[in-house]
Amino acid sequence: MREVEHLIQLLSRLPGLGPRSARRAALHLIKKPETLMEPLAKALNTTAAAIRTCSNCGNVDTVDPCAICADTERDGSILCVVEEVADLWALERTDVFSGRYHVLGGRLSALDGIGPEDLNIPGLISRAETQAITEVILATNLTVDGQTTAHYLTDRLTAANVTVTQLAHGVPVGGELDYLDDGTLTAALRARR
Amino acid sequence: MQDAAIARNDFYTGPADTRLAVTRLRLTDFRSYQRAEYDGDARPVVLTGPNGAGKTNMLEAVSFLAPGRGLRQARLSEIDRRADGVVGWGVAATVSGASGPVDLGTGREQDQQRRTVRLNGVPASGQSTLAEYVSVVWLTPQMDRLFLDGASARRRFLDRLVFGFDTAHAGRVGSYEHAMRERLRLLKAGGADNVWLSALEETMAERGVAIAAARQDMAHRLARACAEGTGPFPRAGIAATGDVETWLDNGPALAAEDRLREQLAQSRRTDAESGRTAVGPHRSDFSVWHLEKDMPADQCSTGEQKALLIAVVLADARLQAAERGAAPLLLLDEVVAHLDAEKRQALFAEILSLGAQAWLTGTDRETFAELESSVQFFRVANAALERTS
Repeated sequence: MREVEHLIQLLSRLPGLGPRSARRAALHLIKKPETLMEPLAKALNTTAAAIRTCSNCGNVDTVDPCAICADTERDGSILCVVEEVADLWALERTDVFSGRYHVLGGRLSALDGIGPEDLNIPGLISRAETQAITEVILATNLTVDGQTTAHYLTDRLTAANVTVTQLAHGVPVGGELDYLDDGTLTAALRARR
Repeated sequence: MQDAAIARNDFYTGPADTRLAVTRLRLTDFRSYQRAEYDGDARPVVLTGPNGAGKTNMLEAVSFLAPGRGLRQARLSEIDRRADGVVGWGVAATVSGASGPVDLGTGREQDQQRRTVRLNGVPASGQSTLAEYVSVVWLTPQMDRLFLDGASARRRFLDRLVFGFDTAHAGRVGSYEHAMRERLRLLKAGGADNVWLSALEETMAERGVAIAAARQDMAHRLARACAEGTGPFPRAGIAATGDVETWLDNGPALAAEDRLREQLAQSRRTDAESGRTAVGPHRSDFSVWHLEKDMPADQCSTGEQKALLIAVVLADARLQAAERGAAPLLLLDEVVAHLDAEKRQALFAEILSLGAQAWLTGTDRETFAELESSVQFFRVANAALERTS
């Protein structure tokens, strides 16, 4: 049973899984060894052996540079800066953005001890200065730390000859004005076009 | 003569179904209560009983129907009943209001450090959901020194009043304080990145001026409502005061933002040495003065200070009734006992004419004799609630 306990311990470290849900997941795997547990173990092994962090943008892929950076069809003049790979995936799901990305690997937070040197900021500055980039879109989260990071990057990008923009803030698609908070409505009014 | 103050025609005459009121309340393992049940209507509630019976605990439970840390500003774990090894507590209520009755639940589940909120039996995204349904204003004996103690309690009091109208205010204050803590951490660590500091100061300037503007707007509206107030309560002069407020008085908000940003940048060295932020809305004050006497509240007599505070709370209730369509729940802990007969009658008359569900506490039922037929009486003894009328 030590192996099972070890499996539960590892599963419980995953985001969104506590000890109870980890036990449930482990039992589910044990009940389906051939159709689920072994394919999962194999997929984990293969992915662990193949996964790379893109040396250009910070995305994760099995190749370096990643498929997005290597895609010559994409617009190399627009760079979208995100905090985490999950944000990149969210933007890719929209199938609207055809430029390239830059993953910071977090956001500035003095309280969590995360400074500029802990983020992939030198890589961003270097790309903005040396690659043929005309616009940098700051797509950091609308939290205090996310916006502080955006202010910081705006300042650091002053020397590079690029236009710095930010995602619009306001009414979500399908949203009813009556249900929005005052702050969101104010931001939407200010950003009207 | 005095009875005329609460004559029948002064009673609330608005539509009954829009009044904000708690009609059902269930407490589980909440401070002294293992279990308590209240079922009532929209009329005010009077809780009487000896000292230590649990009257204030009941008011505190009602205060948790709004966002925040309740009227005692307690930590969640302090509210646990601390008997039989019980961890966690719960407050469930049915609240009637403009949008009809709604079931609200809140509490601390075992091992949780955050307050959970349920709306009609379904987990809600956060405490801010409560603000859409309930607005609560309270006066407690601890607030008797509000005008004498430091400015932080007065700022908190004003912020709570702002929040009653503008639920985004709490977010602004939270963001400002977060950025301020981050800036201080960087300054204390030394050798800070100036660009990073500037980015934090940018956030502080934006949010800080928005906070000051919201407080100033609230103070202006309260001052007007107080000036309209009649009866024996003193007319109160009210203002939000501080550097940022002065800049807002003398120029546009954008200029105030620029100035706050500049001053923060200039004070980095001294802030690093003192470990405090020298400028910003966290240094502002909520100033109240006795208009007739032209005297600051802190120099007034104890009784006048209490009367001024009640005048401010009643002005806020009138504003909410006029602008939101319903007066807030008023939690008045041991407020009545210290008022003379004239002010007591005026307070009762105001509560009834506003249609506010006030929750009043006192040791003797006789103090509330004038309200006999207009309120619901409950006796609290040994952590149990018993309806007596």
